[in-house]
Amino acid sequence: MDGFMMDIIKGMCIMDNDGNRILAKYYDKNILSTLKEQKAFEKNLFNKTHRSNTEIIMLDGLTCVYKSNVDLFFYVMGSAYENELILLSVLNCLYDSISLILKKNVEKRLVLENLEIIMLAFDEICDGGIILDADPSSVVKRVDLRNDDIPIAEQTVAQVLQSAREQLKWSILK
Amino acid sequence: MGSFRREKEEEEDGPSNAYQNLEKTSVLQETRTFNETPVNARKCIHILTKILYLINQGEQLVAREATDCFFAMTKLFQSKDVVLRRMVYLGIKELSSIAEDVIIVTSSLTKDMTGKEDLYRAAAIRALCSITDHTMLQAVERYMKQCIVDKNAAVSCAALVSSLRLASTAGDVVKRWANEAQEAMNSDNIMVQYHALGLLYHIRKSDRLAVSKLVNKLTRGSLKSPYAACMLIRIACKLVEEEDIPSEELSDSPLFTFIESCLRHKSEMVIYEAAHAIVNLKNTNPRMLSPAFSILQLFCSSPKATLRFAAVRTLNKVAMTHPAAVTTCNLDLEGLITDSNRSVATLAITTLLKTGAESSVERLMKQISTFVAEISDEFKVVVVQAISALCTKYPRKHTVLMNFLSSMLREEGGLEYKTSIVDTIITIIEENADAKESGLSHLCEFIEDCEHVSLAVRILHLLGKEGPFAATPSKYIRFIYNRVILESPIVRAAAVTALAQFGASCPALQGNILVLLGRCQMDPDDEVRDRATYYLNILNSEKPEIYKDYIIERENCSLALLEKALVEHLNGQLDSRFDISTIPKAAIVKAEISNDVMLVTNSAPRPPKITREEESAARLAQLPGIQVFGPIHRSTASIQLTESETEYTVQCIKHIFAQHVVFQFDCLNTLSDQFLENVRVELTLPEGYSAHGIIPCPKLPYNELQTTYAIVEFPPDAGSSLATFGATLRFVVKDCDPNTGEPDSEEGYDDEYMLEDLEITVADQVQKTKKNNFQVAWDAADSEEWLQAEDTFVLSAVTTLQDAVNSIIKILGLGPANLSEKVPEGTHIHTLLCSGSFRGGIEVLVRAKLALSEGVTLNLTVRSTDQDVAEVITAAIG
Repeated sequence: MDGFMMDIIKGMCIMDNDGNRILAKYYDKNILSTLKEQKAFEKNLFNKTHRSNTEIIMLDGLTCVYKSNVDLFFYVMGSAYENELILLSVLNCLYDSISLILKKNVEKRLVLENLEIIMLAFDEICDGGIILDADPSSVVKRVDLRNDDIPIAEQTVAQVLQSAREQLKWSILK
Repeated sequence: MGSFRREKEEEEDGPSNAYQNLEKTSVLQETRTFNETPVNARKCIHILTKILYLINQGEQLVAREATDCFFAMTKLFQSKDVVLRRMVYLGIKELSSIAEDVIIVTSSLTKDMTGKEDLYRAAAIRALCSITDHTMLQAVERYMKQCIVDKNAAVSCAALVSSLRLASTAGDVVKRWANEAQEAMNSDNIMVQYHALGLLYHIRKSDRLAVSKLVNKLTRGSLKSPYAACMLIRIACKLVEEEDIPSEELSDSPLFTFIESCLRHKSEMVIYEAAHAIVNLKNTNPRMLSPAFSILQLFCSSPKATLRFAAVRTLNKVAMTHPAAVTTCNLDLEGLITDSNRSVATLAITTLLKTGAESSVERLMKQISTFVAEISDEFKVVVVQAISALCTKYPRKHTVLMNFLSSMLREEGGLEYKTSIVDTIITIIEENADAKESGLSHLCEFIEDCEHVSLAVRILHLLGKEGPFAATPSKYIRFIYNRVILESPIVRAAAVTALAQFGASCPALQGNILVLLGRCQMDPDDEVRDRATYYLNILNSEKPEIYKDYIIERENCSLALLEKALVEHLNGQLDSRFDISTIPKAAIVKAEISNDVMLVTNSAPRPPKITREEESAARLAQLPGIQVFGPIHRSTASIQLTESETEYTVQCIKHIFAQHVVFQFDCLNTLSDQFLENVRVELTLPEGYSAHGIIPCPKLPYNELQTTYAIVEFPPDAGSSLATFGATLRFVVKDCDPNTGEPDSEEGYDDEYMLEDLEITVADQVQKTKKNNFQVAWDAADSEEWLQAEDTFVLSAVTTLQDAVNSIIKILGLGPANLSEKVPEGTHIHTLLCSGSFRGGIEVLVRAKLALSEGVTLNLTVRSTDQDVAEVITAAIG
């Protein structure tokens, strides 16, 4: 409980199923500040977690919650004293946002294809350790901006319906 | 098959994974594309992503590369593509710390921040704040204020979070935004609420009253955001702890009522936060705890691993503080022993070990041994710590536990893990005489095949210390001598020392030892040969009295202070002899078995253990004229001379020298509108003491810890050194502007502030020593140079022997020997042996015979080289 109690997230990370980092962010200057430490930590973390899917582990003084899908592993790290459920809510937000962005096909190939959007999502979920947003739908609304580019003719029926619904909602709210 | 799979994978990834094998220089080359007009958004996004990906993979950009890249990026502001713009913001944030002249983009960002496009605004604010410094902040302050209260939640959040970031560098500017933050607090959006609370708290956190007002207001309304609620619980707890509300009032306090009401919140994370908070509060009673424990109990059987983990971690942590309450969850914990999540299982078992009854120890140990091989070293350490706590609690179970530990010792494991086991065994040996023999033989077995030099050396030292007094000392000699034949020089040297201990303490074995030491003189290593020769000569002298000083009781001076004293000696008059007895002894470091067996093994190295004396010696060395006092004898722990909630707080540390005492006053000014000057503490001296000087503290600004000293000379006779000092804080007050801390005017006025009285006690003047063999020292003190004082007392205030022993040790400040500080259960008589050195290096040995009757009868015998000192010590008990 240091600083101003807001720096809850110590790090977030996505790895592939060989333990290679796809994206990783560490927010605390005092924890895992060098690349060497980070890589060592990630290796250790991956070895301890890739076989058993048990959601939470304590490692090197950090509480890590994690989740895996097909060929990807998602991790959120917090201090050992942190409320584990808050960390879990952030992990869920990270995973669900990516799932929404990739239309439920959460796998490495698609993550890499949409890496810029995933990077933006990282940035919208956590700003330097402070939880910025934990609601996947609002995160996705802010980062998945590509739909606008697709001409109406190429949109799926669902997308058209979705945007129609959005427009209707806004016209009512105004 | 494997290669086939890999081929297939490569085929699949091949075209799509554009991020494999990226080359930093070529990617940076590609940034030239940014200059093309019109901007090709798709292509630029891709290049930017590649750069960010490289940085994320740990590629380092030098300042030049970063700056070039940064400036190329600024061209992209021309494009209207939303994703591209957002990636540019991301790039700005990543590069802002490396590139130079980043403030060039300020105007572009300010434009985006105040523009119409909501999708830009929020992100632009955060990017802007990453490049803004203190001076630039004034320019954007107006916009920030507007953004904080913006009706778009994303914009408001971004502004609030950025303000929090800025607060660390530009606290005074951010403070002015409190009203806006207050307004944002009323937002319907849960994240805005959370961030606004964070900012408000940060602005007000140094002002207790304002925080308490804030909390009171918020606890009445219900916060929608679970994150804000969690934070409010933490703030409330902090207030409760600071106010130190006694337990009978706590249950009615609005703060506690709020925390308790959170147990019924609809979000699990708030419920857990509240339960966690309540069980960790200090002044609680069982009635207040029970709802919180029921919640944790419920979580134990949750299907979610994280919930189970959270609950059992919390229970584990408070197992020592609330054993009874944790026991009610035992049934649930038992269910978790076989949990698929090994972390949960380990925590459950160690919790059970901590609270479990003596009868269940065997069963639990069996359970652990089934999976101890599977868990990580970190958790093994947790298990070992739990066993260690258990040994202290149930000394009779030592055989089971010792066997378990030795089997763990034989398994594979890292140094840290092995060290913790050896530590535990050593603690058991030291605390439990019955376990000594079996413990020593387990350790002997271990060093037969031990790859860690540091552990081997420690164990050899222990064998040398304890072995000679075991039933059959001769059996250890084989183990020790094996080391001389087989190991590295460091271990061989330690083994030689251990052998010499046997030679000095067991006359029967001396002949054999001399033969062995003789062989060691052929050793190829210098240190080993030197030690062997040294010990051979001493043992050959056949004067048991010099064995004591040169083999058995080696002075363990604090090395840092010894070095300092020697340097001073060499710089001073060389005609006097150097007196080693004035050097403070190295602290008897007793490893604290932490009750909160956390799973945290910090990877950061622990700070080296330095004694208080070494720490203060470095500090005091800066005081003028301090050298003439000689080396420091002892520094006391710091004591409060004020209540903690007053305008000025003062803490005092007493540094005792041979003839002087230096009072160190650490002062804190808690009034933001005052600037103090010439701060000093005036003492009312009791008879016999004479003032030697005062070192005032010239300036004491708000919230800065500063120090002033007062130096006093002890009275010539030790008898009148026990006294009470009156103390007053004197200073010149100048009013100042709370924001800048600058005094309003040159004029100030004198003021004073009464402090609590100070005392010099016997314990202050005595430094603990630890005699490995008290009896030898005691017998040796029965000579001409030593004087003895004896007296008999009836202690009516205490009812048990253990209490009496504890209070004697506390009053006299001596170090107990031969485990005599522990009174065995069920006896009516006990002898406490302890020793120390009085200031000036005067040795003190005390034997206290205690008998339990109506109260406790005490016969105290003090031997010392100084009559006065012996009398002072006896008088201190009365």
